[in-house]
Amino acid sequence: MKESLITLARDALGSLRDLLPIALVICAFQIFVFREPVTGLISMASGALFIVAGLTFFIFGLRLALFPVGESLAHALAQKGSVFWLIVFAFVLGFGTTIAEPALIAIAAEAAQVAVNAGTIATSDEATSSYALGLRLIVALAVGAALVLGVRRIVANWSLPILIIAGYCLVVLLTTIAPKEIVGVAYDSGGVTTSTVTVPLVTALGVGLATSLKGRNAMTDGFGLIAFASLMPILFVLAFGIVVQWM
Amino acid sequence: MDVILRSAFDVLPIVVFLFAFQRIVIGQPLTNGKQIAVGFVFVVVGLGLFLLGLEQTLFPLGKLMAQQLTDPAFLYATAGAAVSDLDWHDYIWVYLFACSIGFSTALAEPALIAVAMKANTLSGGAIGVWGLRVAVAVGVGIGVSIGCYRIIAGQPLHYFIAAVYLVVILQTAVAPKLIVPLAYDSGGVATSTVTVPLITALGLGLAEAVPGRSPLIDGFGLVAFASLFPIISVLAYGQLAVLRNRVSVIVTETRHSEKEE
Repeated sequence: MKESLITLARDALGSLRDLLPIALVICAFQIFVFREPVTGLISMASGALFIVAGLTFFIFGLRLALFPVGESLAHALAQKGSVFWLIVFAFVLGFGTTIAEPALIAIAAEAAQVAVNAGTIATSDEATSSYALGLRLIVALAVGAALVLGVRRIVANWSLPILIIAGYCLVVLLTTIAPKEIVGVAYDSGGVTTSTVTVPLVTALGVGLATSLKGRNAMTDGFGLIAFASLMPILFVLAFGIVVQWM
Repeated sequence: MDVILRSAFDVLPIVVFLFAFQRIVIGQPLTNGKQIAVGFVFVVVGLGLFLLGLEQTLFPLGKLMAQQLTDPAFLYATAGAAVSDLDWHDYIWVYLFACSIGFSTALAEPALIAVAMKANTLSGGAIGVWGLRVAVAVGVGIGVSIGCYRIIAGQPLHYFIAAVYLVVILQTAVAPKLIVPLAYDSGGVATSTVTVPLITALGLGLAEAVPGRSPLIDGFGLVAFASLFPIISVLAYGQLAVLRNRVSVIVTETRHSEKEE
């Protein structure tokens, strides 16, 4: 009990550290640049409290429940050596963690709102939430596919730079035929997918896999999964935009 | 209550997947069910609270900053011109704000600290924890600033992205092999759960406030900049380390040869 209280306090410190630089920079700008009193300060402060408490509970809970199971599974599967199950695991891991990623939930909702304001989708709660959910599902599928590719790469020892560069070329190619409105959201979805939930589990999978395979270097082979996870959503969202445009 | 229910729904897939795997593939039942149940409750409540706070604070803050930084009266005071005569370089405070937000949040990012420490151990000390963190933070700061410039100037996003890709490809060819996967990963790691909503709101707010821009076409893209530029800066950090090494080798060699003479 005492131990978990200490971890909880440490997690709270971590979330505070996440928010502190933002608070400092914004306060400095308000005090020295704008020199105006900010309205709605109380609501902002209480919201900041929600963020710190929420992030703390979230990460604490992840550590208690999901991370130990996920990490031991990643190691067990890597040692078992069944490529089929590894690939299935990589896919569901990518999909599941991305659906639970808070930043993506927030951005998808915002993107839906922008689309409503611009009149590209209907102004109804149902259309808005189904657009947001659709976006999240596509990104989650993309991260699942990315991890499958990343695991294949580690097992088969393919070159990371060549795959990434090929991905870049595809992105540029798809951008030229994709509808203009989707491009910004697509590029952003790459950076959104890889935070709180995904990074620890995916890094455990990559480094665990690279250490249990013979002749692999955890440094050059273990990293790189996140790179796929931030490239693939761009491709999938662009492709989705193209498909929707044709329909 | 609605929020809690929705976040339970968001977390459900990963929980089901992990436990199904544990049972079916590994063939082991779960050992500490109570701890996991408690953790799950924490996850759901935490996610709900976080999303609530996000809507109440981070999104409004990002938009408020964008609005204040592009306020005609404020711009008139700092740039000395009316909004219609402004050029992109009159928005200097926007770039300063973007740079400081990007730099400071990346430097403090817990996930990045963890990755930097792992890289430090795996590379046997060749990659410094602080060196990597500063490299990433510089990358994010510059990235977000250039992203804001693009929104204000209204230039197409994909030109910038293609240019960044080109630089990354060229650097990959010459950078030390050890740093390449780490560099590719660091971009995604540096943009945290707190930073992403804030800079998204900043971008959308800018696109709303600057005359002639549309949120739909110009508003997004800042997150992409924030996660791409660290790749360049971390690769550059690796190249710099090699260069410094080479210089010091040359220096010691010349010293040795001088002594021998």
